[in-house]
Amino acid sequence: MFNAFLSLLKRDLRLAFRHKSEILNPLFFFVIVVTLFPLGISPEKQTLAEIGPGIIWVAALLASMLSLDSLFRSDFDDGTLELMLLSEYPLSVMVLAKIIVHWLITGFPIIIFSPLLGTVMFLSPDAIVTLMITLLLGTPILSLIGAIGMALVVALKRGGMLLSLLVLPLYIPVLIFSANAVGSSMAGLSISGQLYFLAAFMIFCLTLAPIATAAALRVSLE
Amino acid sequence: MKSIWKSVMKFIYHFASPKHFYRISGKLIPWFGWLAAILLIVGSIDGLFFAPVDYQQGDSYRIIFIHVPAAWMSMFIYMVMATSGAIGTIWKIKLADVVASSSAPIGAAFTFLALVTGSIWGKPMWGAWWVWDARLTSELILLFLYLGFMALEAAIEDPRAAARACAILAIVGVINIPIIHYSVEWWNTLHQGATVTKFDKPSIHISMLIPLLLMALGFKLYYVAVVLVRARNKVLYSEQNNSWVKEIVKAHG
Repeated sequence: MFNAFLSLLKRDLRLAFRHKSEILNPLFFFVIVVTLFPLGISPEKQTLAEIGPGIIWVAALLASMLSLDSLFRSDFDDGTLELMLLSEYPLSVMVLAKIIVHWLITGFPIIIFSPLLGTVMFLSPDAIVTLMITLLLGTPILSLIGAIGMALVVALKRGGMLLSLLVLPLYIPVLIFSANAVGSSMAGLSISGQLYFLAAFMIFCLTLAPIATAAALRVSLE
Repeated sequence: MKSIWKSVMKFIYHFASPKHFYRISGKLIPWFGWLAAILLIVGSIDGLFFAPVDYQQGDSYRIIFIHVPAAWMSMFIYMVMATSGAIGTIWKIKLADVVASSSAPIGAAFTFLALVTGSIWGKPMWGAWWVWDARLTSELILLFLYLGFMALEAAIEDPRAAARACAILAIVGVINIPIIHYSVEWWNTLHQGATVTKFDKPSIHISMLIPLLLMALGFKLYYVAVVLVRARNKVLYSEQNNSWVKEIVKAHG
């Protein structure tokens, strides 16, 4: 089982690296959305530092959500998912491999680029470290919850808008705690509570989301 | 033990067969409907005219007799949807799926009612139509969850697949609701603390509590009546090719 898990992981990663746009586009989207806010609101240091954590997090949320399509779409279209369902391995484990790859190609680059965006939004060095930690804990949750939504809409012709309706409300706790942690560390307050919550929520999603995703895929593949 | 369980399941399957459900629910609806009407009338009269004036909020607090039961219903109905979705998934009882999908618009309507009355109440209390208060915000998110459920149901053509998908969504939602609720509450609390759920010593006076509970019960019975009406319609529609439906249609012209 572990071999199947690993080979699926490798296959999906290789596929992603062959289509470089799958990795680059969410990242560009993330950077562009953050850039829009100083232009739309004001370039003042004080304002940006105040709204920065929230904006970076909202942009990360949207980038992760918009890239969910790559999670199951092509495998659904060419029938790979059906074969995975018929194989002897539990679907939830296979799904977990795909989710991990999705996080590696969308969440991870966002974490790498976040210090840059934190700097242009005038976050303090401490807050930038916190931003990276919250992204590290939070973006896997986005991929995990997003996978459930994507599995529900993958069989639909126009699922994009619907996906955001399904997934965004469930992202709210992550947004609240992460943006608040970054803001608090700007103010020099303790952030351990928020980080504990994010870590707990990530473990929770890691345990249950693959099962829900597998169940949803079974419905979509009927 | 096993035989008792078997007979219970047999009874459930018997009741849940569309034909029996249609017959029995037809008899139950007037009861629920009239009881709801009586409770709502008595509760509103008691709440609006006889309950004492609040020493801080004056008469404007009286909107809680609509607001609070509506908010309770909004959460209760989501629980019903998730539970019946789970029942429909596990035991393949079609009727449970029908109940889940007929509940969604009613639940969304109650959520909307709770939001509107909350904002009307907020105007004299906070001086603004909308305040990003914890409970109003989580009610708003609950409305989004309802809308997502209804949108997903509308997007999937095959009703069986739609019911399965919506059941998963409702279960995921119901697990998330407490997490969302407490994170929003932690994020911001301006609202007055809960006044009824403190079991040992409710901080609401008994003369206000009675109309509130009357209204809550009235709302609940109203929901049962409406959900039965909607479920009956759906059952008739999905069973339209069966002979018993054709007979009913013929009998009604």
